[in-house]
Amino acid sequence: MGAQRSGSERMMSSDRDLVVLGAGMHPWGKWGRNFVEYGLVAAKAALAEADVAWRDIEFVAGADTIRNGYPGFVSGSTFSQAMGWTGAQISSSYAACASGAQALQSARAQILAGFADVAMVIGADTTPKGFFAPVGGERKEDPDWQRFHLLGATNPAFFALNARRRIDVFGDTTEDFAMVKVKNSKAGVGNEYARFRKEFTLDDFAGSPIVSDPLRLLDICATSDGAAAVIICTPEYAMRKLGTLEGTVRIRAVANSTPTYPQVRLELPDIATDSNAVVTAPALGFKDSIAHNAYEQAGLGPEDISCAEVYDLSTALELDWYENLGFCPEGEGASLVRSGATALGGRLPVNASGGLSSFGEAIPAQAIAQVCELTWQLQGKSTGHQVEGAKVGLAINQGLFGHGSCTILSV
Amino acid sequence: MEGWFTTSEPYSLIGAKCTDCGTYVFPPRSGACPNPSCDSMELAPVPLSRKGKVWSYTENHYAPPPPYVAADPFEPYALAAVELAEEGLVILGQVAKGVMGADLEIGMDVEVDLEVLYRDADGVDHWIWTWAPSAPEASA
Repeated sequence: MGAQRSGSERMMSSDRDLVVLGAGMHPWGKWGRNFVEYGLVAAKAALAEADVAWRDIEFVAGADTIRNGYPGFVSGSTFSQAMGWTGAQISSSYAACASGAQALQSARAQILAGFADVAMVIGADTTPKGFFAPVGGERKEDPDWQRFHLLGATNPAFFALNARRRIDVFGDTTEDFAMVKVKNSKAGVGNEYARFRKEFTLDDFAGSPIVSDPLRLLDICATSDGAAAVIICTPEYAMRKLGTLEGTVRIRAVANSTPTYPQVRLELPDIATDSNAVVTAPALGFKDSIAHNAYEQAGLGPEDISCAEVYDLSTALELDWYENLGFCPEGEGASLVRSGATALGGRLPVNASGGLSSFGEAIPAQAIAQVCELTWQLQGKSTGHQVEGAKVGLAINQGLFGHGSCTILSV
Repeated sequence: MEGWFTTSEPYSLIGAKCTDCGTYVFPPRSGACPNPSCDSMELAPVPLSRKGKVWSYTENHYAPPPPYVAADPFEPYALAAVELAEEGLVILGQVAKGVMGADLEIGMDVEVDLEVLYRDADGVDHWIWTWAPSAPEASA
């Protein structure tokens, strides 16, 4: 952490902190329709909230989906054409689960470089039923193909390996994991954009089938259809638009980073870790470093966070994030969820949106949805699941193949 | 996967070792050393330690999707991530047939074995490495 700052200094934005002018989402679900259709709903909602005309958007940053053919790979172009070509600049980003955050960073960098004043960040997906599998074809050199073909190492299997470590090393129980679902499902009931709006109890777990031991179906997030978009701009643009920056949501950090060699934690989709035989592992593991980089960029620390959206691909993974984010010491994530601190109404609500547990993952839209959720939380607009008095929000996620991302917003 | 393990006893996985800095990598590969502080382009195939300790494990209770070739009817099986002390690697593998999560614990000694992963339409067997509980050391 940097030098000590007073509370008021810590909360101050810099002139490089861009403004989130508007956010929009299509509700999450499972309909199997064209992903572009969902994206259009989110785009138009974000533009309406920002009160910006589509033709005024100077840069369109799309987050890609790899399961929807060519249009999914060139999402910036796909959405631009769907909305009507305007001659805007575009980018299309793929970073697995972190795609939306990478698209946000792409737009932010363009604006900070002076190439644009206002941009749209957008992602949408339509997902197949069941386990995620590698894209088709026999690709023996692809680690994603290898782990499925040789080992049947599905995503839940990787989540389960980490969950098992928590049980054996920290003494967590499967009931601790279930507490995360109970908490998130309760919050999700109040979120109109969530796909699953049903409250689960610990009793529901006994009847939930084991997918990858020790994780049950209820511990693992589903795959969903959905779309999210945000409009971001320079403070000057927002000033011209609103006449004041008072109460605007500012982007304090977007930290996108890769691991540092050797990455000694087994991570999707790799069959093996890096070797620490001759190079000592870095003091901060990959997930710790993602959070650390964002805190450094924002000049903030865990004590400043009002609410967080973390990638709960599995219930146990949410407990890992508490520790990676410095919300509690390593090994104490289970105690934190049990204390109620991370529940809506608690000291530090995590996944007040309901999280992936209530949404299911729509990959390229999910990290953008986290930003939509935090924007509305900071504006006090999250009716039904509002974190009272939220001032600083943090979103964190990790995409396979070494993409980490953490975004911090404040008012 | 040709070149990932020895096919005669004693079975072991084959990794690659940088001829300059000495770091290891699995699966074996050619090209640049993965150590960012090393400029070497020489990675030599090398057999890895046969024995390691369980880092974590799980059981698959649903048939994984293709390209996994699942038996029909599907039988749950275990996967283990195993730490090789000398190489500083953790390597994932299927666990020997019939050995399930209840038989495993973190820190347990296991060793490499080979099993048939699946038989293809031409009747050809495709082999895979597995992690099998180590036979207890004979006491002196």
